[in-house]
Amino acid sequence: MTVQLDARPPAAPTPGSRRRSSGRLTRLDTRYSPYLYIAPFFLLFAVFGVYPLAYTFWVSLHDWDLLGTDHPFVGAANYTQLLADADFWHAVVNTLGIFVISTVPQLLAALWLANLLNRGLRARTGWRMAVLVPNVTSTAAVAIVFGVLFGREFGMINWMLDLVGVDPVAWKSDRVASWVAISAMVDWRWTGYNALILLAAMQAIPRDLYESAAIDGANRVRQFWAITVPLLKPTIIFCVIISTIGGLQLFTEPRLFHSGTNPIRGGSLRESQTVTMYMFENAFAPHYNFGYGSAVAWLLFALIAIVAAVNVLVLRRMGGGSGPGPGKGAAR
Amino acid sequence: MAVFPRRRLAAVALAAATALLATAGCGGADEADGDGPVTLTVDVFGQFGYEQLYQEYMSAHPDVKIVERGAGTNLDEYSPKLTQWLAAGRGAGDVVAIEEGLMVEYKANPGNFVNLLDHGAADLKGNFLEWKWNAGLTADGKQLIGLGTDVGGIAICYRSDLFAKAGLPTERDEVSKLWPTWQDYIATGERFVAAKTGASFLDAATNTFNTILLQTAGNTTGYSYYDTSGNVVVDSNPAVRQAWDTTMDIIDSGLSGKYGSWSEEWVSAFKQSKFATIACPAWMTGVIESNAGPTAQGKWDIARVPGNGGNWGGSHLAVPKQSKHQAEAIELAKFLTSAKGQIGAFKAKGPLPSSPQALDDPAITGATNAYFTGAPVGAIFGTGAKSLKPVYMGPKNQAVRTEVENAVRTVELGQRNPGQGWTDAVANAKKAAAK
Repeated sequence: MTVQLDARPPAAPTPGSRRRSSGRLTRLDTRYSPYLYIAPFFLLFAVFGVYPLAYTFWVSLHDWDLLGTDHPFVGAANYTQLLADADFWHAVVNTLGIFVISTVPQLLAALWLANLLNRGLRARTGWRMAVLVPNVTSTAAVAIVFGVLFGREFGMINWMLDLVGVDPVAWKSDRVASWVAISAMVDWRWTGYNALILLAAMQAIPRDLYESAAIDGANRVRQFWAITVPLLKPTIIFCVIISTIGGLQLFTEPRLFHSGTNPIRGGSLRESQTVTMYMFENAFAPHYNFGYGSAVAWLLFALIAIVAAVNVLVLRRMGGGSGPGPGKGAAR
Repeated sequence: MAVFPRRRLAAVALAAATALLATAGCGGADEADGDGPVTLTVDVFGQFGYEQLYQEYMSAHPDVKIVERGAGTNLDEYSPKLTQWLAAGRGAGDVVAIEEGLMVEYKANPGNFVNLLDHGAADLKGNFLEWKWNAGLTADGKQLIGLGTDVGGIAICYRSDLFAKAGLPTERDEVSKLWPTWQDYIATGERFVAAKTGASFLDAATNTFNTILLQTAGNTTGYSYYDTSGNVVVDSNPAVRQAWDTTMDIIDSGLSGKYGSWSEEWVSAFKQSKFATIACPAWMTGVIESNAGPTAQGKWDIARVPGNGGNWGGSHLAVPKQSKHQAEAIELAKFLTSAKGQIGAFKAKGPLPSSPQALDDPAITGATNAYFTGAPVGAIFGTGAKSLKPVYMGPKNQAVRTEVENAVRTVELGQRNPGQGWTDAVANAKKAAAK
C-alpha cells in the first residue's frame, strides 16, 4: 500500500472521476505536495540560515554593546566607519593573500594527485582513503601542532632550516611568512579532499577518448591537458567556489596558530589576522561591539560573493572556445 | 482515493514537526531540580587554588556538588566566554571569577549579576580590604557585584641556579639588594647577559611593563590608562610614559627573551630554563609552578620588586542572575572568599588574600613555599599588602591595555622603534577606547 503511494507518478486524475471533491484534492496534491516534500530543508534553512542572516543585518544597523541593555539605531554608521577602517582592509589583504597562496597550489596539487590515483595502482582504495586522512583530523589539533612546528625558537621547522644553514624565520611575526605557514596548514588538510572530488569526476571521463588520443599519438601529458582538464572544468569550478568560501572564512587555523595574549589579532601587528578574526575581535573580546562585528560579517559575505564570481568568470574564460560546453555529456 | 493524500499530508506534517521538535528539544537536560544534589559550576581562569576547599565544602554540604571549569586558561580566553554567556542569558557558571580590569566593564551593566547586598553580604564588609570591597560595588554603591578573592602584591621571581651560573648572588636577600630601582635591575640584567649563560634575563617585556606601570601609577596618579573622570590619558599620564621609557631601556639592553606572555613558547621557555627572572604578582607563583614543572623545584626563588611595592591583578567572585541555584551559589562564594577560604587558596596556588584577617593570620605571615626554595612568601607578598594603593581602571581598560602592550611587543620584536611604538600605542589606544 505505502509503496504504491510513493511510487505513484504525478499524473493528472482520470477525467470524469466519480466525485468532484476527490478530483480536486488529487489535483491539489499533485500540485502542492512536492513543495511539502522539500519544505523541511527550507524550513530548517529559514530558521538556521535566513533568520541569523537577517538578524545580523539588523544588528549591524545598531550601536550594540554585547552587555548593554539598549541598542540605539545608527543606520549605516557602522558600515561607513568600517569602510574607512585601515585594520579592516589590512585583514582583507591578509585573507586574500592567504587564500591565494593556499588555494592555487592546493588545487594544482589535488589535480596532480587525482591524476596519479586514477592510474592502475595496487591497493587503490587504500591510497584513495589515505589522502583523506588529514581532512578527518581536527582543525584545532592541526593548528596547534603546526603552531608549535613553526615556533620561532623551539619550532622544528626553524631547527631544520638551521641544520642547512638558513637563518631562523620569524614565522609568527613576519607577515608573508605567517601567511605561508597558515597556507601550509590549509593545504595539508584540504588537498586530499579536493583530490577525491576531482578523482570522482575523472573516472566519469570515457576511456575511449584517451584510447583514440593515444592512437593519434598524444602522450600522457598532452592527454591530461587536452582531455582531462577541459572535461573536469565544471568540477574544478565547484572546487574553486568551495575553496573560496572556506578560504575567505578562514578562522581556526590562524587563530590557533598564535597563542599567548590576544591571539585574535593574529600577531602584534595583525600579521595574519583574517576578516573572521577581525569580526570576532570587534563583536567579542576585547571590544564587545556587536553592531560593528555584524557589519564586518556582512562585508565578508559581499567579499565572498565577489571573489567567487570573479573566479568563475576567469575559469569560464580559460579555454572557453574549444571546450565541450558545460558537462561531460556534450563530449559524447 | 481521497483518503490517501490526506493521510500523506498528515504524515508529512507529523514528520516535519517531529524533526523540528527533535532539533529544538536539546538543552534543558541539566535542570534537574528536586531531591538530587545541586551541581554548582565555578568558572575561573589561571590558578585559583580552590580544589581542597571544594572538597571541604562538599563534605560539609552533602547536597552540593561542585564542578570547576577553566583552570589554567588565560584571561584573554576567559573573558569573551564569560561575556558571551552573560549576553546570551545562559551558559555561565553559578559562581564566576571576575578580574579587576574587567570589573569596570561588568559593573556598567550590573543587571547581569545578583546583588550580594540583598543576601547579607553587607555584614562581610570587614572581611575585605576597603578598596577591594569598593571595587566590587557599582558606582552608586547600591549593588555589590563581587566579593574579593585576592590582590596582587608584586615581587620578582628568579632562577637561583641561573644566577649562580652567571656569577651573581643567589641568596634572596642579597638578590633583593641588587635592585633597589628598575635601573639597578637593568644593570644587573646587563651583568647577567654578559655572562652568556644561554638564558635571557627576563621572559617578556610586556609583563614587566605592566608591573612597572601599575607600581608607578599606584605611587603617583592612582590611575593608568584612564583618569578618574573616564578620559583616555595614555599620552598625558606621566606614569604611563615613565613605565614605557623604563621598558624601552630593558628592551634596548637586550634583556628580554621575547617569549610572548602566556604563549606556548613562553611555557616552553619555562620548561627549558630559558630566562632567569619574571615579574611576579602573588598569583604568578602558581603559574610558574605549573609551567616549569616539578623538575624546577628548588631552582626558583623570590626577591623583592625594584621600586616601591605595587599591585597587579586580583579578582572577585560573582553570582550571575542566570544561575538556577543562586542561594547555594551565594553561600559557596561567601565560603570561598572568607578569610579561611582565602588562606586555603593561598596555600594551594599563591593568590594573596584580600582579607585583612587572613593577611594577619600566622598561616599567611609565616607561610613558606617549598617550590620556591622555601621562600617566605607570606612575608614577601603580605608585607605592605594592607597599605596597597589601588589603581583606577577605566571602562575599556582591557582593550586599551591590549593595544599599549601590543605596541611594547612590536618594539620588543624589532618591528617598530620606540618612537613609532609610542605613536602606535597612543593612536591605537584611543581608537580602541572609542569602539
